[in-house]
Amino acid sequence: MSADRTDATGPTNAVEAHGVEVTLGGSRILLGVDVVVPAGEVVALLGTNGSGKSTLVRALLGAVPLSAGTVHLLGEPLGPRAPWSRIGYVPQRMPASSGVSATAVEVVASGLLHGRALRPPRGWRTRVRAALDAVGMAGHERRPVQEMSGGQQQRVLIARALVREPELLVLDEPTSGIDVPTQATFVDTVARLHGQGATVVVILHELGPFEPLIQRAVVLRHGRVVHDGLPPRPRLDHAGATHHHEHAHHDPDPPPTGPALGPTLGPTLGMEAP
Amino acid sequence: MSWDAVVEMLSSPLMQRALLAAILVGATAPIVGTFLVQRRMALMGDGIGHVALTGVALGWLIGTWADLVPQDTLAIPGAVVAAVVGSIVIELVRERGRTSGDLALALMFYGGIAGGVLLIKVAGGTNASLVSYLFGSISTVSTTDLWWMVALAALVLVVGIGLRVALFTVSHDEEFARASGLPTRWLAITLATLAALTVTVAMRVVGLLLVSAIMIVPVAIAQLYARSFGRTMVAASVTGVSVSVVGLVLTYWNDIPPGATIVVLAIAVYAVAAGLRPALRRPVPAHDPHPDLPDDVVLAREDTRD
Repeated sequence: MSADRTDATGPTNAVEAHGVEVTLGGSRILLGVDVVVPAGEVVALLGTNGSGKSTLVRALLGAVPLSAGTVHLLGEPLGPRAPWSRIGYVPQRMPASSGVSATAVEVVASGLLHGRALRPPRGWRTRVRAALDAVGMAGHERRPVQEMSGGQQQRVLIARALVREPELLVLDEPTSGIDVPTQATFVDTVARLHGQGATVVVILHELGPFEPLIQRAVVLRHGRVVHDGLPPRPRLDHAGATHHHEHAHHDPDPPPTGPALGPTLGPTLGMEAP
Repeated sequence: MSWDAVVEMLSSPLMQRALLAAILVGATAPIVGTFLVQRRMALMGDGIGHVALTGVALGWLIGTWADLVPQDTLAIPGAVVAAVVGSIVIELVRERGRTSGDLALALMFYGGIAGGVLLIKVAGGTNASLVSYLFGSISTVSTTDLWWMVALAALVLVVGIGLRVALFTVSHDEEFARASGLPTRWLAITLATLAALTVTVAMRVVGLLLVSAIMIVPVAIAQLYARSFGRTMVAASVTGVSVSVVGLVLTYWNDIPPGATIVVLAIAVYAVAAGLRPALRRPVPAHDPHPDLPDDVVLAREDTRD
């Protein structure tokens, strides 16, 4: 990405959201969330399942309606005039198949449409090929995505976001349930885009392989921001990415079902019911 | 069948109109059907067809009031209006998420038929007047009907093919489409309107009760073999034209109803295509569906332990 592009967006924030509230199906999912991401930063969105991370990301991109609050993306208010051509979104997974096949090229080409651009631009095939090549999927262009493994489908979804050459990339749990090479592809992609001056917002369950890239973490809990600052660092000698659990601590307790319960339950079962 | 018989068939003006109608419907309906199947709204055509019946009766009623001859001059315009309004309503209901898509469709099914039967009585007709719309009467297609069909089919083709990438995007992954700033509501309404227009185009050929079959069954056949969205659409369209023309030609020599013949033929083709699929289709290359995860279990070999 060129320097003048960075200058143009330099003083503005890539994401600026204030007082974001989202109500879905009568439940208040987000309660007054403020998130500001300066251009060029790599921010992790952390939180447990159900804390509102995915909803926040979808609200920031206009995929779910806001019940209150304002969102600006790359300096423009959310809406038809937002600079959609400079924003890339990678959802958690490919939607379930409806039975009609779609090739990798067809799915990635859909990433070239945005905002008011309802038809792919000229030379779209070259751009689609380049995006698939960048995620290591060259040679799979004409394969139906329904026949691909989960990791390959994820790569196609990254390619669909990359094909726009985004300045703001938003990823929803890119590493959950994904094979090691694909995780590496995600990290490489984020590192490369970051190196070119792009802003990255990534939802993570744990920092994992993204750890070296993350500059800031926003932690959500029960629909509110509970931490916004340095990413939580693992304690020394524990839980680091390079740390291996080789020390001889005892095995975790078996789950409370199955034959392992026998000895514990035995006496209890022998007792008379109160 | 001799060559003379074919020439005789093709020189009959009635058959010429019927064949043109069958080609128009066979080509356009599966194009819209491909988007509907991908959007998991395969039954939408049925819902619209039922509502269009109310439109037919409404057109008839207005024709009676205005003393038009014949009374059903406004039947097709009435069906177009009712189908378009009905399809937009169903899309908005679905989007609001107040009622589930299939429940909204069910309401349309019942309301459409009941409204049609009620209004046709008010218009001074009988239920028998509706039969040709319910089951199709391709042999009575007039030149005016044909012009309507040509215009509507052209509109469906231009919009459906011109916006195919956008309609594919919103049908394949609606959330991504919304997160890309695409006007998803307008695209969904466009698709619903295309479906409504297709229903009214196909109405005279296969009838409102079977209209959805010509949109959906060719897609079901095509998706058994086609490995891309674009090819599914083309193959469905070609299949649609083939079964419509063959079905119609069969009815020229046999006294059987054209609409039902076309649909039964299409379903027979589906059955054969599905039966032959394991033998004909390229095998899917084998891959291990289990991903290699970083926290995978690693088994230590006994002899490497101390």
